[in-house]
Amino acid sequence: MNAVSFSADAYFAEVMREVEAIPTTRRTTLSRRSILKIGVAGGAGLVLAFQLSGKAFAASAPVKGEFAPNAFLRVAPSGRILIYSKGPEIGQGIKTAFPLIIAEELDAAWSDVDIEQAPINPAVFGSQSAGGSRSIPNSWNQLRQAGATARAMLVSAAAREWRVPASEITTQDSQVIHQASGRKLGYGALAVKASALPVPDGKTLKLKTRDQYRLFGKHFGGADNAEIVTGKPLFGIDLKVPGMVYATFTKCPAVGGKVASANLDYLKSLPGVKDAFVVEGTGVVSEVMPGVAILADSTWASFRAKSALQVKWDETNASKDSWSESTKKARELASKVGEQEITKSGDFDAAYKGAVKKVEAFYSYPFVSHATMEPQNCLAHFKGDSVEIWAGTQTPERIITVTAKMLGLPENQVTVHQMRAGGGFGRRLVNDYAAEAAAISKQAGGIPVKLTWTREDDMMHDFYRPGGFHSFKAGVDAAGKLVALSDHFITFSSDGKGPVAGGNIPKEEFPFPLIENGLLTQTMMPLKTPCGAWRAPRSSTCAFAFQSFLNEVATAAGRDHVEFLLELMGEPRWLVPDNQGSLNTGRAAGVIKLAAEKAGWGRTLPKGHGLGVAFYFSHAGHFAETAEVSVDAQNKVTVHKVIVVGDIGPIINMSSAENQAQGAVIDGISTMNLELSIEKGRIGEGNFDEYPLMRITGTPQVETHFIQSDFTPTGLGEPALPPVAPAVANAVFAATGQRIRSMPFFKNLANQAQA
Amino acid sequence: MITLTVNGKPVEVDDSDPSMPLLWVLRDTLDLVGTKYGCGVGQCGACTVHINNVPMRSCSMPLSAAAGQQITTIEGLAKADGTLAAVQKAWVALDVAQCGYCQSGQIMSATALLRANPKPSDEDINTAMYGNLCRCGTYIRIKAAIHAAADDIAKGGVA
Repeated sequence: MNAVSFSADAYFAEVMREVEAIPTTRRTTLSRRSILKIGVAGGAGLVLAFQLSGKAFAASAPVKGEFAPNAFLRVAPSGRILIYSKGPEIGQGIKTAFPLIIAEELDAAWSDVDIEQAPINPAVFGSQSAGGSRSIPNSWNQLRQAGATARAMLVSAAAREWRVPASEITTQDSQVIHQASGRKLGYGALAVKASALPVPDGKTLKLKTRDQYRLFGKHFGGADNAEIVTGKPLFGIDLKVPGMVYATFTKCPAVGGKVASANLDYLKSLPGVKDAFVVEGTGVVSEVMPGVAILADSTWASFRAKSALQVKWDETNASKDSWSESTKKARELASKVGEQEITKSGDFDAAYKGAVKKVEAFYSYPFVSHATMEPQNCLAHFKGDSVEIWAGTQTPERIITVTAKMLGLPENQVTVHQMRAGGGFGRRLVNDYAAEAAAISKQAGGIPVKLTWTREDDMMHDFYRPGGFHSFKAGVDAAGKLVALSDHFITFSSDGKGPVAGGNIPKEEFPFPLIENGLLTQTMMPLKTPCGAWRAPRSSTCAFAFQSFLNEVATAAGRDHVEFLLELMGEPRWLVPDNQGSLNTGRAAGVIKLAAEKAGWGRTLPKGHGLGVAFYFSHAGHFAETAEVSVDAQNKVTVHKVIVVGDIGPIINMSSAENQAQGAVIDGISTMNLELSIEKGRIGEGNFDEYPLMRITGTPQVETHFIQSDFTPTGLGEPALPPVAPAVANAVFAATGQRIRSMPFFKNLANQAQA
Repeated sequence: MITLTVNGKPVEVDDSDPSMPLLWVLRDTLDLVGTKYGCGVGQCGACTVHINNVPMRSCSMPLSAAAGQQITTIEGLAKADGTLAAVQKAWVALDVAQCGYCQSGQIMSATALLRANPKPSDEDINTAMYGNLCRCGTYIRIKAAIHAAADDIAKGGVA
C-alpha cells in the first residue's frame, strides 16, 4: 500500500510539470514504424466499444492502398483523409483544432477530412494530456510536421509521375498542381505511389508562414457536432458492454474517514443489487479512498441502494476543516507580514513610507467546485492479467501509470480508451474515479463495472479551487505613479511545506515582476480538503484580487485605469528575456488599448451604469476585458456587455475561439457568485440548488477580438477567464462607488444593500 | 411489463420497479443514451424529453407515470432518413456545443419552445430555457441558434 495522502498536491505538481514542459519533437513520433505500435493499444476493447458507438477507439492497421506516412493521418485512394486527434476533447475544441493543424500543412480540403480519436499510446503520439492550456503550443510543431511530411511525399510522388521538379509543384485543396503544364492530381490518386517513397527528414520540411494559411482563422464546426445533436453515444457515461454491472461508490464526506461498519447485508437484499462491499482503497486521494461499493443491474438500482446505505465512519484521521474558522484566522493574520517571502524588489518599506497616498485592502474568495455537467464516471474491466478502461479524462496516460501500480500490472497491460468528456476545467486531470472503477472491478471478481458518481458525490469529492486571502498595501507618489506594492497572501498547505495545488503564487505572477518596490509574502494555514487545478489555477483568483486592488490604487491616485495600466507595462519587452511563454508588455499594451477603444472607454454612460477594465496574463495568453454593468437600488447587478480582447498568436479555429471566450465570460460571472461552505471537513453543498451555476438569464452580450500576431499560438481554454471578475467588480465600483472585495459578489452586494 | 411509446414506437419494458425514473429506463434499458444524467433532481435539464410534446425532466418522472404517454427523446427528432430538424441544424450551423453534454436537453427544450411559439423573443427564450444549465457557458449561441431555427421554420423548416 502507498503512503496515505489526502492531498493531490504532489500529483498536480507532477502533472503540471509534464504539461508545462516544452517538448522536443521526438523523431520516433513521426516514423512510419510507429503506426504498427498503435494496434497494440487496441485489444479486444475495440469490438466491445463498437457495440454502442460505431466509431473506432483504436486504429486498425492501414488498409492496403492507403497512404499512412505517420500515425496521425491516412489518405485513402478515394481521396478521403482520416486524421487522428491525439488529445482529450473536454469541450475546448481540440478534436477539431488538432486535425486542422495537420490539414493546414497538408493543404487538405477540410471537406475531405474525417476525424477520429487517436488511441492512447504516448510512445507513438507523445503527450496526450490536456491541461494548462498547453495542448496547442505543445503539439504545434509535431502536428505541423505530421501534415507537412505527408504533403512533401505527395508532391514527390507527383514529381516522379509527371517527371517535373518538385519545386514546380504546388498544393491546394487536397490536390497537387503543376501550374506550367496545367496538370492536377487528387491526393487519393497519389496514395499508392506516395506510400512507396521514403519518409523525408523533418529538417527538410518547409512549414507554412502565416500569409500562406488557408484554414486557420476561419470558422469550423466541432468534429462531433452531428453526434451531439442526435444524441449518439460519445461520453464515458454512455457506454455499455456485455456483462456490465452498474456501480456507486460512497466515501466519507470528510476526506480521510474510513468505513467502520456498513449495512452491507441489507443492501444486498435490495431489488436489483448484485453485491455490496467495502473497498479499503490505497488511502491516496488521487487514487482510491476507503468507501462502500454497491453493484446493481441498473444505475437506478445502484443509486436507490446508495440512498439506503448506512455507514458508520471512523473519522479519527479525517478532515476537520472549517471555512469559517479559516476566514477568522486569515483576518487575524492580515495585518502581519507573511511567514515566507515569495518575491521582493527594491525597498517596499521605504517606498511605502515615503508615498504620498497609501491604500490598504483585504480581499478574499471561497472554495469552488468544478461541477462538470457530466458527473465523474468510468467503465473498467479487470481481466486478471490486464485491465481495460474507458474514461472521459484529461490525463489518459496517468490512468495507465496509476492503475498499473495499483493493480500490480505492467503498464502495457492497461488499455485506456479516451472518451469525450462532458467538461473538464481541470477536474479530470485527476482520475480517482477511474482508479475506483478499476479497483471495484477487481474486487468484484473481474466483471466490467460502470461506476457513476451522483451529482452529490461529484460536488463533495472534488479537487477544489482553494479559497484564499490577500492583504494589500500600495503607495503612490506625487505624480500618481505606483511606487510600492505588497501582498500578504494567506493560503493553505496540506503538508506544511508548500501551498496546496492551485493555492500558490509563483514570483513571476503578474503584476509583481513590474513593481519597482514590491513585497509578496505568504502564510499557509493547514488544510486537508483536496485542492486542484480549477480553470486558470491561481490566475483566476489572483486576477480578481490584484486587478481590483490596482483599480483601487488608480482611483486613489486620481488616475484613469487604462492609462495607469499602460504606464505599469512600460516599454515593450518580454519579462523573461527570450521566453515567449512569459508576459510581453507590448502585447499586453496592445490588448489593453484595443479593449479600451472597442468599449468606448471614457464615453458618457447611462445613469446607474459603470464600465470596468482588467488585464491579466496567464497560460501564455494576454487578455484585456471590459465590462459594462448597471446596479439598481437593491444592489442587483446586471452585466450588460463584456468585451474580450486577446493575443494568443494566430487563431486555429475562430468558431471555437469565440465560443471559448464567451464561455470564459459566462464561467467568470457564474463563479464570482458561487461559494462552497466547509465545516467539520464536509462540503456543505450537494447539488445545483445549493450551488447555482449561472443560467441563461444572466448572459451578457460578449464581443470578442483577437490580435493575431505571428507568435506561436497558445491555448485558450483558460486565459480569457481571469480578467472577467475584476472587470465586473471595477465596473460595479464605477457605477456605485461600492468596492467588491470578496466573492460571492452579488450576494455580498445585496447584503450590503440590506445592511 | 408495461408499454411505452418512445419516438413513435411501442416498446415493452420491465416494470418490476415502477419508481425507476424514465431517464434510467431510456438510458440503461432502451440504450437511448442521448438523454443525460446531470443532477437527478430536476435542476439542470440535461435529461429533458418530451412527454406528449411537453418538455419534462425524465430524471424526476417515474416509469409508472410515463406508461401510455407519447415520449420523444433527442434520438427521435431527426427524420428516419437522417434529415435533421430545424433546431438540430441550427445547433450544427452555429457550432453551439463546447463539451456537448447538456445539449440534448437544451435542444429538447428549444424544440418544445419553437413548436409552441415559432417566433420567440429573447425574453421567451430566457423563460423557456431557464431550466437548462450549461457549465461551458454556450448560452449566447443557444439563443442565437433558437432565433436561427425560428427563421428556418418561418421559411418552411420543421421544428
